[in-house]
Amino acid sequence: MNEKTKTPKKPKTPRTPMPEQPPFVRARNFLEVTLGYTAELAALEASRCLQCKTPLCRKGCPVEIDIPGFIARLRAGDRDGAYRVLRQTNSLPAVCGRVCPQEVQCEGSCILGKKGEPVAIGRLERYVADSFAAENGCMQLTGETTCALPREIRVACIGSGPSSLTVAGYLSALGVKVTVYEALHELGGVLIYGIPEFRLPKDVVRREVDAMRALDVEFKTNWVGGKTILVRELLDQGFDAVFIGVGAGLPRFMDIPGESLIGVYSANEYLTRVNLGRAYAFPEYDTPVTRGAHVAVFGGGNVAMDAARTALRLGAESVHIVYRRTKGEMPARREELEHALEEGVKLEILANPLRYNGDENRRLVSVTLERQKLGEPDASGRRSPAPTGETFDLPIDTAIIAIGTRPNPILLESTPELKLSKRGYIEVDPETGETSIPGVYAGGDIVTGAATVISAMGAGRRAARSIARKFIGEDAAR
Amino acid sequence: MPYRIVKRKDLIPGQTVLMVVDAPMIAEKARPGNFVILRVNDHGERIPLTIADRDPAAGTITIVFLVVGKSTALLATLQEGEDILDVCGPLGRPTHIEKRKAVICVGGGTGIAAMHHIAKGHHEAGNRVVAVIGARNKDLLLFCDELGSFCPEVLVATDDGSRGHKGFVTEVLRKRLEEDKDIEEVVAIGPVPMMEAVAKVTKPFGVKTTVSLNSIMVDGIGMCGACRCTVDGHVRFACVDGPEFDGHAVDFQELRMRLGQFRCEEKQSFDQFKARS
Repeated sequence: MNEKTKTPKKPKTPRTPMPEQPPFVRARNFLEVTLGYTAELAALEASRCLQCKTPLCRKGCPVEIDIPGFIARLRAGDRDGAYRVLRQTNSLPAVCGRVCPQEVQCEGSCILGKKGEPVAIGRLERYVADSFAAENGCMQLTGETTCALPREIRVACIGSGPSSLTVAGYLSALGVKVTVYEALHELGGVLIYGIPEFRLPKDVVRREVDAMRALDVEFKTNWVGGKTILVRELLDQGFDAVFIGVGAGLPRFMDIPGESLIGVYSANEYLTRVNLGRAYAFPEYDTPVTRGAHVAVFGGGNVAMDAARTALRLGAESVHIVYRRTKGEMPARREELEHALEEGVKLEILANPLRYNGDENRRLVSVTLERQKLGEPDASGRRSPAPTGETFDLPIDTAIIAIGTRPNPILLESTPELKLSKRGYIEVDPETGETSIPGVYAGGDIVTGAATVISAMGAGRRAARSIARKFIGEDAAR
Repeated sequence: MPYRIVKRKDLIPGQTVLMVVDAPMIAEKARPGNFVILRVNDHGERIPLTIADRDPAAGTITIVFLVVGKSTALLATLQEGEDILDVCGPLGRPTHIEKRKAVICVGGGTGIAAMHHIAKGHHEAGNRVVAVIGARNKDLLLFCDELGSFCPEVLVATDDGSRGHKGFVTEVLRKRLEEDKDIEEVVAIGPVPMMEAVAKVTKPFGVKTTVSLNSIMVDGIGMCGACRCTVDGHVRFACVDGPEFDGHAVDFQELRMRLGQFRCEEKQSFDQFKARS
């Protein structure tokens, strides 16, 4: 084959790297791994944007941020203006800039990515949100100095995760009185109990919540939707609309022998103990967690990455991610996987657990794995693993299962009139987010099953917009 | 929103404490068999405690606990008028109460408090309730008067014979099952070995036996599976599927082992607490 001679092109400007803690340092602390752009780095990166007339990036964003718009203002040195643009459509920019899988959303659609590297939209969003110093809650929530006047409209949100916070942020900026009911003692849902501090500092979440509080959003903790308060009661109390954003909930187990041995955790339990319970600071905090020396995490998603990196930070000597397909099929974000590998997490791919083995005190000592091979692509387009019959033991004292969740029955059982999908999640009108009960909306994992923070926020935004349309008018909904 | 302790009483000095806590929403919704998860202060852990009684008119719930470690010891230091930081509930499925000819409710130690609420539920449903309670000695028995106020019979067993039958509640239970053919259900709440022994006794009689499992919990709302137990060969979450299960189907050995999983950490935490106070 003839080597085609290409005319040497001017090299494309590469993406501006973001400073981060070195792997050997960060693998032993819970401080944020990535440190964020400085003003100079942000300006440099912003200058790479082509300011497309029909921006593809915006279509890739589930909450349709005017991306060229905010970048243009950043380039002009108008950081506050950039913040206002972000806030028009996104209630949690400091969160999204950190945890969105931008490579499959905005950045995945960026035209520069066709031949080189896409604009680092997430990093820029984070820079703007982190460096914007709001004078008050109204300004933080809307970027404007004045907020809409309170109206006689009341909306209740059940759950305080990303979908509900989006509803609360969107509607309170329009002057709607929002009350959020949260079952746990801290606000933020998965942002607090699930995503670790080293990826999303809790202060970032707290700041967003405080801004909503300043706009008169009322937060009630220790209120369990379906137990302490029922959907029907909220409607009877005069709430004009109710938004259900209670998350996916119950962790799945594999139903294999030994799953109840001591040392076998669901990722939810492990992460909740460490993040919500601050078990990393035991015994200063009272919640304990096993500090395993040899840990295996089962699964290939972001939750598995979070659990594995947490185990390292708790002092594990070895951490394996056990996955039944190969690295290429892992649903986790590339960046998370790369970070985990840099920190010393090892991969055990094409392996599936058959049973957990314990000692006489029912403590975990090893897992028996079966080697897999990849077969034909399945319905999801991924090649399905098939057993080879070859087995081997991996000695471990801690196993963390991160293979997904199923719907939490608490609210659903107490609200039998809610129509559910075949998979047991809440069915909603895809346009409006309204459930089979008029005036009751739902969004996030309790509708879709476990998904991403940003897709939950997209669902929250959709529901909030249709609530605004219905109760305030077409003009109000943006 | 803090949860005020409106009444506090040492049921057994230095060991078992009763608290009446201001929590109107929980008081309104609580049913027998429900529990709460509470957190004493902002460094505290979440611990489950059964609701031993409620007074919806006063907006209060009653909790009774044994001081066994750091968190319960810390809770016991709180006085009337002070606040518990977080109280979440009512959690778990309420006791399934059916019309029965007669029911035996068995309570052991601190479990008598939780049993009392369930016995009351059966009584209010019109069932004849026989209470069987046990402790090491007569000074450790709880709720005798309260149970006596609605149960036609309160049978007592003490290890040292200082009151009632000398021996275990299971012996009293077996005798009763042999004599009283109207017993259609047995409910048992107490230490795991007691519940296990009760289930063993009732098995040959073929009497439905309900036990309330006290597994380790974190969130109490089904999110984590820390409380999972094996019932009839299936994994169940005590916080959402229970805490009450068929006593003849529970893997008690597994429950006992899982309850001990943090023994070292619990000791470390408690020792540190005792050294400070």
